[in-house]
Amino acid sequence: MPEQRSFRVFRGDAGGGQMKEYTVETGPGMVVLDAVHQIQATQAPDLAVRWNCKAAKCGSCSAEVNGKPKLMCKTRLDDLPADRPVEVRPMRTFPLIKDLVTDVSWNYEVNKKIPPFTPKPNGEWRWMQEDVDRVQEFRKCIECFLCQNVCHVLREHQKQPEFFGPRFFVRLAALEMHPMDAADRLDLTHRQSGVGYCNITKCCTEVCPEDIHITDNAIIPLKERVVDRFYDPVRRLLRKLFRR
Amino acid sequence: MSDPSGAQARNPLYRAGFAVTERRDLWWMEPLLTVLGLGVGFGYLTWAAFLGNPEHGHYGPYLSPVYSPPVYEWFPSIMTYLPAFVSPALLILWAPGGFRATCYYYRKAYYRSFFLNPASCAVGKPWEKYCGETEFPLVVQNIHRYFMYLAVVILAFLWYDALKAFTRDGPKDYVAGAGSVVLLLNAVFLSLYTLGCHSLRHLIGGYLDCFSTCPTSKLRHTAWGGVTCLNERHMLWAWVSLGWVGFTDLYIRLVSSGRLADPVLF
Ligand code: SF4
Ligand code: SF4
Ligand code: FES
Ligand code: FES
Repeated sequence: MPEQRSFRVFRGDAGGGQMKEYTVETGPGMVVLDAVHQIQATQAPDLAVRWNCKAAKCGSCSAEVNGKPKLMCKTRLDDLPADRPVEVRPMRTFPLIKDLVTDVSWNYEVNKKIPPFTPKPNGEWRWMQEDVDRVQEFRKCIECFLCQNVCHVLREHQKQPEFFGPRFFVRLAALEMHPMDAADRLDLTHRQSGVGYCNITKCCTEVCPEDIHITDNAIIPLKERVVDRFYDPVRRLLRKLFRR
Repeated sequence: MSDPSGAQARNPLYRAGFAVTERRDLWWMEPLLTVLGLGVGFGYLTWAAFLGNPEHGHYGPYLSPVYSPPVYEWFPSIMTYLPAFVSPALLILWAPGGFRATCYYYRKAYYRSFFLNPASCAVGKPWEKYCGETEFPLVVQNIHRYFMYLAVVILAFLWYDALKAFTRDGPKDYVAGAGSVVLLLNAVFLSLYTLGCHSLRHLIGGYLDCFSTCPTSKLRHTAWGGVTCLNERHMLWAWVSLGWVGFTDLYIRLVSSGRLADPVLF
């Protein structure tokens, strides 16, 4: 049954803006992005929104729905309370361009600081499933940057110059745990990525639409590797003795 | 493009301040319940730890986990050198206490609920300054694996206590009271918690990049898989084991003081 629902959508740019009310005719199975498209098509043709796949795979439509970081194309209207307007805002950690579109290019600058996959010389290009299980989880990342948006180190404290953020801890972990990779990124992890700023409070894990266990499977293992090299005197001694 | 140095022009929507959020759900419920839960759990154990008389933690072969292993019995003279406020239980509890205080799950729980850092996701904080775990004192959290080694040793003693508790009527008779089951479950829950530790998960195999290169690395992969399985429920076992340690201590205190009869089960 079609039903009228109210929406409040942020309209504005870096200079300022406000929430505007719209009414949308909704149907079964609709997601927030459908409603935003309907507003764009029928009421506000200049409403800026970024999207590509509408299938939770391109990572473009990140926003904050009722205050929670979400992919608009994966947020069903029937999961949101019907008694109040649905509020849609842009991600707040990144500079605003217009309406629901933010400038996420800082993330690509961070990515450049991480040495890419470096194959082992003369390595045999054969490995077993158990070797890749861990890193396969990390390859699900769609770079929606919702985890970067929600992380309090970036969102509240603006540590962008010293902190890579959860998305790039996922990337660091994927490379560091790769069975065929020869590069060493632990110094970078400890001294530049700011992994010590992460206080493992797991907001990144809570918002990840790909259900990557960012904190448990990427960040904590990285922290443990950092402890091995920089904080644990016994492991240090063993490394010296056995030259590992 | 944003400044590549990382300095971000603030989004005009941004409002800072404690509890500032656009969220409309009950985001404060989880930190509130955590404060209450940790307050009751650790509050009870602290109270139990400062009660000076270890006799209340004994009943037949039952020994409260608060007094196990009984270091004060092995080295009785040690108590005479310590200040009066140090109870026998404190000689032991610093180790499991430190293990829990530096546990990755408990860190998350108390950073959120006690330090509001942050209280919940996408919710404003009362603090402007932040250094995470990069500086003293919180950089000391990296000591966690050493507490884990101690916790594994203590766990062995708790299993010994649990098995001994099945000899309620003397070492030759296998008579189980309800307390025997309570102590057994205590050892089981503490094992499920301790063996799901993130540091153990790393040290037992997680530090490897390749699991299939040699027979021992395959073995380590199996061990890593087992720890991972428990690790996925680490929060659950953290709560269950904390609650059960408190309950076990309380049960033995009630039985030893005669306020509760310990029924024979078989
Ligand atoms: S767990 Fe760490 S990286 Fe993830 S949101 Fe929290 S502080 Fe940020
Ligand atoms: S880790 Fe998850 S939340 Fe973060 S960018 Fe990738 S898919 Fe998005
Ligand atoms: S439009 Fe591609 S993830 Fe939403
Ligand atoms: S991480 Fe919780 S006990 Fe080690």
